[in-house]
Amino acid sequence: MSIKETAQAVMKKAVQIAPDALMPGGAPDPLIRQKHGLIGTPVSRLDGPQKVSGTARFAAEFPMEGMLFATLKYSTIPKGKITNLDIAAAAAAPGVVLVMTHHNAPRMKPAPAFMSSAKAAGGDDLPIMQDAEIHWNGQPVAVVLAETQEQADYAKTLIGVTYETEPAVTAFEVAKADSEPGVFQGEPLLLEIGDADASLAAAPHKVDAVYRTPRHSHNPIELHAATVGWDGDHLLVHDASQCVTHTAWSLAEVFGIAEEQVHVTSLFVGGGFGSKTLWQHQTLAAAASKLAERPVRLMLSREGVYRIVGGRTLTEQRMAIGAQGDGRFDALIQTGVVAMGRHNNMPEPFILPARSAYQAGSFRLDVEAAKMDMVANTFMRAPGESVGTFALESAVDELADNLGMDPIELRIRNEPEKDPTTGAPFSSRHIVEAYRAGAEKFGWAARKAKPGTHREGEWLIGMGCATATYPYYRMPGGAARITLTADGRANVKIAAHEMGMGTSTTQTMVTADRLGLAMECVSVDYGDSHFPGVVLAGGSQQTASIGASVAAAYRKLITELLKLAGKDSPLHGLDADEVIGRDGHLCKSDELERRESYVSLMARIGREELTAEASAPPPLEFTHWSMHSHGAMFCEVRVNAITGETRVSRFLGSFDCGRILNPKTAASQFRGGIIMGLGLALMEETQFDERNGRVMNPSLAEYHVPVHIDVPEIDVIWTDIPDPHAPMGAHGVGEIGITGVGAAVANAVYNAMGRRVRDLPITLDKTLPELGLVP
Amino acid sequence: MSININGSPTNLPSDTRVSLLDLLRDHLNLSGTKKGCNQGACGACTVLVDGERILSCLALAVQYEGRSVTTVEGLSTNGLLHPLQQAFIDHDGFQCGYCTPGQLCSAVGMLREVRRGLPSNVTNDLEGESITLTRDELCERMSGNLCRCGAYNGIVYAITEFAETTK
Amino acid sequence: MNSFTYARAADVIDAVQQGTRVHAKYLGGGTNLVDLMRETLEQPSALVDVSGLSSDITEREDGSLLIGAAARNTAVAEHRAVRTRYPLLARAILAGASGQIRNMATVGGNLLQRTRCTYFYDNDGSRCNKRTPGQGCDAIQGFNRIHAILGASPSCVATHPSDMCVALAALDALVHVTGLDGSRTIAVVDLHRLPGDHPEIETNLRPGELITAVELPALPFAQRSVYRKVRDRASYAFALISVAAALDLDHGIVKDVRLALGGVAHKPWRALKLEASLKGQPATTQSFLAAVEEELADATPLPHNKFKVELAKRTVVAVLAELAGDIS
Repeated sequence: MSIKETAQAVMKKAVQIAPDALMPGGAPDPLIRQKHGLIGTPVSRLDGPQKVSGTARFAAEFPMEGMLFATLKYSTIPKGKITNLDIAAAAAAPGVVLVMTHHNAPRMKPAPAFMSSAKAAGGDDLPIMQDAEIHWNGQPVAVVLAETQEQADYAKTLIGVTYETEPAVTAFEVAKADSEPGVFQGEPLLLEIGDADASLAAAPHKVDAVYRTPRHSHNPIELHAATVGWDGDHLLVHDASQCVTHTAWSLAEVFGIAEEQVHVTSLFVGGGFGSKTLWQHQTLAAAASKLAERPVRLMLSREGVYRIVGGRTLTEQRMAIGAQGDGRFDALIQTGVVAMGRHNNMPEPFILPARSAYQAGSFRLDVEAAKMDMVANTFMRAPGESVGTFALESAVDELADNLGMDPIELRIRNEPEKDPTTGAPFSSRHIVEAYRAGAEKFGWAARKAKPGTHREGEWLIGMGCATATYPYYRMPGGAARITLTADGRANVKIAAHEMGMGTSTTQTMVTADRLGLAMECVSVDYGDSHFPGVVLAGGSQQTASIGASVAAAYRKLITELLKLAGKDSPLHGLDADEVIGRDGHLCKSDELERRESYVSLMARIGREELTAEASAPPPLEFTHWSMHSHGAMFCEVRVNAITGETRVSRFLGSFDCGRILNPKTAASQFRGGIIMGLGLALMEETQFDERNGRVMNPSLAEYHVPVHIDVPEIDVIWTDIPDPHAPMGAHGVGEIGITGVGAAVANAVYNAMGRRVRDLPITLDKTLPELGLVP
Repeated sequence: MSININGSPTNLPSDTRVSLLDLLRDHLNLSGTKKGCNQGACGACTVLVDGERILSCLALAVQYEGRSVTTVEGLSTNGLLHPLQQAFIDHDGFQCGYCTPGQLCSAVGMLREVRRGLPSNVTNDLEGESITLTRDELCERMSGNLCRCGAYNGIVYAITEFAETTK
Repeated sequence: MNSFTYARAADVIDAVQQGTRVHAKYLGGGTNLVDLMRETLEQPSALVDVSGLSSDITEREDGSLLIGAAARNTAVAEHRAVRTRYPLLARAILAGASGQIRNMATVGGNLLQRTRCTYFYDNDGSRCNKRTPGQGCDAIQGFNRIHAILGASPSCVATHPSDMCVALAALDALVHVTGLDGSRTIAVVDLHRLPGDHPEIETNLRPGELITAVELPALPFAQRSVYRKVRDRASYAFALISVAAALDLDHGIVKDVRLALGGVAHKPWRALKLEASLKGQPATTQSFLAAVEEELADATPLPHNKFKVELAKRTVVAVLAELAGDIS
């Protein structure tokens, strides 16, 4: 263990054993007690009118004076050198203003790779069009700028590139021979408690199988895009981003300018799911704009997104459980290999759910990364959990089948009292309630335990369930600014993001409740790197990060307001922790009639506005407590007995994710996650040709995502039990919906037809053999 | 050469390559119509031409000379939202909002098709005179409009409510 | 996309005169051609818009139905005569693409749509004999789950993607074409070619020939006909396998049968062996199975599409059984 690692381990231990009161969340957020505010009420999206009327402007929809249109040309080999670039015809084509290649691109530093430092946003840390080296099949080799998109796109086809190819590792089996331990967020993805192999061998009941999940692409419907312009050495980027501050800082590093000289805006983002970070296109657009001295709009083609934006990588997981006859787990083993790019660090951490899902006598969890010459793989909705729960929760179902137990009862039998691998207390865990409520509402009791025994006409019908789980995170760097104005209104500014989660709506509700203002008196501005805070829209942490930041700014604001209000205020002598906001007033929290309105307070201090900016406390709470969201997923499938086609006919998600802030938008997020999970279960696969590392289905026609008729009415319910240690008592809910879905579907397919599919997606070629020869 | 866009006659581009979608977005700054794939595979670019829903990304603008195009910007009148737009808000029929203009235009065109009795892949009786807009009928007919956020349930509720109130 | 001239054809003669020029292409609804042009898989220098030519659907005295080539897919599927007399055609069209695309696509264009082979589409990254004759085929050793199991060649294993054409093949439809040398008709089963050594030549149309109409001969027993499409998602996906069939029974004996398969070959696959084998046989699962096994005896699946052989058998048997059940 290095000195740094030792220090980290000591720090972690100290946080774990520290008194609760010293931790963020040690004293519950006062908003948890407040039961009659906006929180918990269904509120329609505030930006709804803009989104339905077409007036919401996305990244590629900002016209700029003199703007040029860009297009990219991509490499067709996985590794080697460009030996010749013939751009003459392209440069001479009508309307073309610039052809940029590594010969004329400005000198730039690589983008700092994501997680390499606090504000790093790059998908990888490769040089960007700086030399002749090719690192993956699809790497940009030229940028064309022209007066119109049509001209740029045509000119691109005139560029000739010749390569000298070098041996590349593009086959997983080859890469596996050289795999190395995966390291995620600074910690090895390796955990051993007891002798799991011996326990498994000795266990009277066991399952032991290999599960596979393919590569996935995020496929937000909005194509990645940036509209950029320089004003001297100041860069403006209208981006589609889930990390504006990270992007601004990283682009500043790339161009060797100060962070403040880069301004990234991203008010609306047409879906991200982990993909809308910093890839080469923003940098190339800015570099080309700099050379051309004109603003540039670069919207990737759909193919382009597949070529230069990484997706979720493939996994191959051995999953084994050894159990006693009563179902108790003796051994839990989840080990395997994932493919990973050579210049990024994202070993899809599929073991994360197994670290805290079940009590077991022994554990062995291990992720190895096999490096391949490919576009950097990256975070995609519930990285780790989405595919890790497929193996884990399929195996639990297999074991239940072996034991002749109901799979829900088997899970409850192994319910831990504290975190089974860290020993930390759970902050809030009500998964059993979620299972009970879900089973009741779904009608689980009607499930036939014997597979293949329920048939209606051509359709074999089955039910399955699985556990969903996703950690509570909060990343460092959260900060917010609140401005209170003399008319009793408040404005929040924070560099957060709206990709469809309902951020602005929900945070307006929360801020209104915190201040005790009506919703129409509060506005929340976001999506701008000049605002305070480093707030990644990822890891389902944005809600907590904003919540903690706004709470800190609120406290500072109120402290200042009370201090300035002076002796004549009825609130004189109280500090910020002794007051709460209610009906446009600040009130003594245990004596509500002792109060003064914001308008009166502002008049008293004689200010037009009062502003406070503060940072959220360091995010220690999820080290001190074991903090997770939970869910119970229930699925009914119909497998066609003739063709093997699988269709999902019913689905219910029962969630335990703390307090639900806005039931309307939260339900949509749950459903959206589940639907992406249905895609993962049944149809999604990025086809990576292992001969040359080329993605062969870079198209929404050939990469299938669920369409309207693939999706049944999805029921979502929740416990609504606040997590006492999370801001607002709430957890982010953007990712948990996709977890467990793959297994719930696979388990239902097994129940329908007796076929265990351990290799996603469950397409008909995998179910067909079990149906036997033509009936 | 002119094309009518949301009631306004508009010159067609001289470059024959310009798609109806790029005419709207790049040339006229009518960016309500969205580009999601430019391959005819997602439905985000759906607009109405003489009331019929089509994919503007696969349409060469020049081929639509003399036709009347309605985009999402043309659904609302005098700044008032179309009732279907309001239903989308009420039922949370979107998250990021990017596929929404296409879903809206598609739904308007789709309901017209249902009213005139056009069957679909899930219609049992091809010879029937009228179509009952069941959930399956609605979903099959809207399947050309992808939503990656997964707002499908809300979209279905919104269209169903609108269809029932405008019967 | 390269630059091109655009002109609307005033009539068939005008169209053919313009379309016979070098590098001219006919433009219907554009749903495939515009995409192919954007991918530079097609690079016409002139587009002749024939979408304004005849789209009439006419019931003729001999019982046939004549469909103008500019008829939109939606209009064909919606037409009363098609729905009642040729339901397999209405079904096939409605199973394809999306509502928006069906509103744009013409019958003529649908006949000429090109394969969805991803190696064909990967313009500069993969080898394809169809795109660049003699280059080689990367699909044979690559992702070939959606590819052909019948009639393929070492040059090409692509499939024809149309649903409509499968129904037309089953119906023995005739394609009316006009060229500078005059007009002729081609049986739809002879319109498309197997790849052989020249996968780049996909049809037997002569240079400049324009499809003006499709004729559906009278086929009374097609009133009871089926199109069944099997695919990876429930809508808006190309067929893995599709079956268009009509069955004529006489007291439980197969008097006549028409059956074509989609998703199996470079062209819609008319199952002539199956038809010959079934005629005069009792309409039982056993005889359906025997017939489809005969039809598929020569199937040569690729590494990723072995399932298609079994799937095709199962689907064919199910379709015929359904028709037999409806009739008996």
